[in-house]
Amino acid sequence: MEGRLGRIVLILVPYLWLLVFFLVPFFIVLKISFSQTAISMPPYFPTFDLSEGWSGIKAAFAELSFDNYVWLTEDNLYIRSYLSSLWIAGTSMLITLVVGYPIAYGMARAPKAWRPTLLMLVILPFWTSFLIRVYAWIGILKKEGLLNLLLTNLGIIDQPLTILNTNTAVYIGIVYSYLPFMVLPLYSTLEKMDFSLIEAAQDLGCTPTSAFWKVTFPLSLPGVVAGCLLVFIPAVGEFVIPDLLGGTQTLMIGKTLWNEFFSNRDWPVASAVAIVLLLLLVVPILVFQRLLERQQEADAR
Amino acid sequence: MRRFSWFNATSLTFGFAFLYLPILLLIIYSFNESKLVTVWGGFSTKWYGELMRNEAMLDAAWVTLRVAFFSASLAAVLGTMAALVLVRSGRFKGRTLFSGMVYAPLVMPEVITGLSLLLLFISLNLDRGMLTVTLAHTTFSMCYVAVVVSSRLVTFDRSLEEAALDLGASPLDAFFSVTLPIIAPAVIAGWLLAFTLSLDDLVIASFNTGPGATTLPIKIYSAVRLGVSPEINALSTILIAVVSLGVIVASLADKQLAKSRGNQAQ
Repeated sequence: MEGRLGRIVLILVPYLWLLVFFLVPFFIVLKISFSQTAISMPPYFPTFDLSEGWSGIKAAFAELSFDNYVWLTEDNLYIRSYLSSLWIAGTSMLITLVVGYPIAYGMARAPKAWRPTLLMLVILPFWTSFLIRVYAWIGILKKEGLLNLLLTNLGIIDQPLTILNTNTAVYIGIVYSYLPFMVLPLYSTLEKMDFSLIEAAQDLGCTPTSAFWKVTFPLSLPGVVAGCLLVFIPAVGEFVIPDLLGGTQTLMIGKTLWNEFFSNRDWPVASAVAIVLLLLLVVPILVFQRLLERQQEADAR
Repeated sequence: MRRFSWFNATSLTFGFAFLYLPILLLIIYSFNESKLVTVWGGFSTKWYGELMRNEAMLDAAWVTLRVAFFSASLAAVLGTMAALVLVRSGRFKGRTLFSGMVYAPLVMPEVITGLSLLLLFISLNLDRGMLTVTLAHTTFSMCYVAVVVSSRLVTFDRSLEEAALDLGASPLDAFFSVTLPIIAPAVIAGWLLAFTLSLDDLVIASFNTGPGATTLPIKIYSAVRLGVSPEINALSTILIAVVSLGVIVASLADKQLAKSRGNQAQ
């Protein structure tokens, strides 16, 4: 009897927690995205007044509208922010893949005794503050910063480059911050790979390059997909990097949402922005989940 | 034993240089006498002294540590439970929804999580402050704990637990005296991860904080917006040192534990 009850309690506690603090909030965001802006606290209406019972709820429902969503299509700031977020996240994802792959490959082919240390070295930056790692780049990239200082002293440039407060700085920031997320899944697939397959391919006449594209890369695809999703999804909604490294012309939807909320205090529009962003990410998030679940099933076997 | 090939050694060197150089420069310039970033004015620890006299910063640090401690502890419990459900409970109604709710927060953009939790707290009439930040942090970090712990649980030999049950232990006893000691390293790793995630979070905390509950990242962020300052470099250096030390000690302890277990088994 204790076992049955225990099982129910075990499931119910985390289940209820996530329902209340993860799922329910989304429905609140959804509801507020259909509300209208008001100068009051909270700054929107209708608010559901449960004391008036059913008629109150009905009256509140009647006042909900699609105005905020219509607004998102009318002001092209939002559409441009969405598109530019997708573009920046996609481009950074590809750069991160190109930068991360050789690192993961090098780790997977390193002598076995070295691998735990190398793994540790990749994970360690992930543990140190994100904000601090982004901040570190300000000192490097700014006009009188360390990179310009180095390049001028080496005589490579005579005019300091403007990198900080441009999209280039945002790309650098995303690649740098999310690199461990790309390297770790790549490493875990590459490490399990049977490298004698490559020797076989080469024995059969493949050049090292074609052996890579025909054998190594296809076998590492699960890691590539996982790494790309882990970089792409959070990067689309990124706020800190475009805000600190990007310029005024850098449009990203996370920043737009933040400004809508904190500067314009327009909660309904901020909610509508969040809902659209979520819709954009639903497919990649579902793919990511399937991948994690399949991974777990494979581990269990 | 194979050695590093030329190509692999180069890509690793460049990769790790890219990962570590910015942090290293930040640390070096925290000891700079001059206030300017690019001018080296000689070695000095004066910015650390300045930091220690900055009351607002110390207050924020204290708030952050408390939030991180409570949310990590709560997340360790809830996350371990969630992992047990995911790995052990088999099929039950709403399982798909449950695993969805565990995995989604891992990749959910922070602005969405922050906004949605804030709107929840407001509709619950909960005053924003340390409590709301702690609840928010617990929610997203318990999912990280769940992933870390469940990866340990899937490789766990269930026959040990079954043996305990056969010998008359109640399921609860079996869990605390057999399962928990074995998965403890994963739970501790999850706790550490939750702790640092909370220590680090700017976006979710900004949405859910209130007067008197300014956390360190919020403080750092408002200082950083005004530009690079050696004082922030000093603060960053301390944070990096603490976290790195924690991670290294934890992993060494884990290794030591595994070794002594191995010796016992022999």
